[in-house]
Amino acid sequence: MTGGDRQVFNNRTINKNAAPLNGDRARIQGEDTRKVKAPDFAYERPESLDQVFDLLERHGDEARILAGGQSLLATLNMRLSSPGLLVDIGRVPGLAGVARAGQTIRIGAMTRHCDLAAAPPVQAHLPLLARAVPHIAHPAIRNRGTIGGSVALADPAAELPACCLAMGATMVLASRGGERRVAAADFFQGLFRTVLEPHELLAAIEVPVPPAGSVAGFDELARRHGDYAIVGLAAQGVPAGAGWQGLALAFFGADDRPVLATAAAAVLAEGGGIAAAQAALDRDLDPPGDLNGDPATKRHLARVLLGRVVGAMAEGR
Amino acid sequence: MDGASMDRVRDVTLWVNGERVSRRVAVRTHLVDFLRVELELTGSHLGCEQGVCGACTVRVDGVAVRGCLMLAVQADGARVETIEGLSDSGAIADLQAAFHARNALQCGYCTPGMLVSAAELLAANPAPTRDEIRAHISGNYCRCTGYHAIVDAIETTAAARRGEGGAA
Ligand SMILES: Cc1cc2nc3c(=O)[nH]c(=O)nc-3n(C[C@H](O)[C@H](O)[C@H](O)COP(=O)(O)OP(=O)(O)OC[C@H]3O[C@@H](n4cnc5c(N)ncnc54)[C@H](O)[C@@H]3O)c2cc1C
Ligand code: FES
Ligand code: FES
Repeated sequence: MTGGDRQVFNNRTINKNAAPLNGDRARIQGEDTRKVKAPDFAYERPESLDQVFDLLERHGDEARILAGGQSLLATLNMRLSSPGLLVDIGRVPGLAGVARAGQTIRIGAMTRHCDLAAAPPVQAHLPLLARAVPHIAHPAIRNRGTIGGSVALADPAAELPACCLAMGATMVLASRGGERRVAAADFFQGLFRTVLEPHELLAAIEVPVPPAGSVAGFDELARRHGDYAIVGLAAQGVPAGAGWQGLALAFFGADDRPVLATAAAAVLAEGGGIAAAQAALDRDLDPPGDLNGDPATKRHLARVLLGRVVGAMAEGR
Repeated sequence: MDGASMDRVRDVTLWVNGERVSRRVAVRTHLVDFLRVELELTGSHLGCEQGVCGACTVRVDGVAVRGCLMLAVQADGARVETIEGLSDSGAIADLQAAFHARNALQCGYCTPGMLVSAAELLAANPAPTRDEIRAHISGNYCRCTGYHAIVDAIETTAAARRGEGGAA
């Protein structure tokens, strides 16, 4: 057997003598200087929204909400951020789950990516989300990551913020004073920036049930399956003759936030066709260059995606 | 211990490979450091500690997670299964044998995480295509095998479990 085999098949049981409960304080609390690890922080696990608001009010900017931890803990491990307090909302009742009420589907902020795609109201009415989720990271990350975390983080290359924009979603922000509702188009303010205030929690995302006949389209270009997109497109609309009704084209990875391509959508709405829409895209997008390519490359990729996604939608794929 | 540092440690109780464990942990300790340092279960590995490589993949309450992106305190009350427990129970013995037979491991660093990921796929999808297998393990880096043998081993195991031994 190779060394590798031993790693796998060498069974071990828990060493009961390793560290007695309440043991060696220096070791438990001490700065582990051997490796780069998360900085020290305090941790609270509130069990009600009231307790969450207490903590956010008391600690202000120092407090950071911990949802799925799939972005936050990575940045802490890299020491890119050092909050004084993590407020773990993982056990606050009522924050997870997807339910339909009339013409609105309410998605709780703590709904994990894996549960989102499988939720019956999503399967029945929001095919855009069901299509987008498999593109987010990898299965083990989707088992923990949440839609609220993804939307609150506002990574410009993330799938779900763009889907929210395309679906005309409304963000429900909760604080001690009550709830306020902000349209997705106003929620995203820039690179990792939203209108969320430090004393607020993103509680839910409300999505209107799309009209009858609505079709969804989604695709992205990434170097590797599961990577953040170089450029991506989330689209939704109702075919009407040669044109479209209520067509929304939300690009991601194309600016500092998800962007609605309104000029291209207007061309398509009037039956102008894909080539004309691709030309109009230059008026909608002004992508900054990044490690994945210069602005011209990104514009090109956006045109390619528009052709693929809208082409597939028109053919009912 | 002064008041300021009290909120930086916490008592947790969890079930690790079926065994009840209670410990006081620094809240910043992630689950795999807890398993490796505190419990000396060194089968779960750490590659990147930023969620990218998958070497730390363990099962928490029945689902595969990144052990480096979960705090030990978040696992308070949870059932954690590591490669040690999965091996002992024999639950994935066929998958492990297929990895061995197909040379799907060389240094073995990625293997515990790879096995946890593969086991989750096989439980959800008894007949995955090679593309589906590749998509599912896309978050588990292997620097040795080139993946082909790993895909073979997972495919073979799926076929054998369906009673189609010798396929693939
Ligand atoms: C290797 C890797 C690859 C990834 N690839 C992708 C990808 O391709 N596409 C993608 O979209 N994501 C990707 N992710 C990120 C993943 O989707 C995260 O789950 C998501 O971005 C954040 O969700 P979370 O629940 O884990 O949030 P956390 O990490 O817990 O929190 C993220 C931020 O949001 C804040 N926050 C969380 N919830 C709330 C709330 N309810 N109200 C207010 N603020 C809140 C936190 O304070 C924090 O600042 C990847 C992650 C990793 C590690
Ligand atoms: S160590 Fe957790 S993903 Fe690399
Ligand atoms: S066997 Fe060496 S990293 Fe996979």
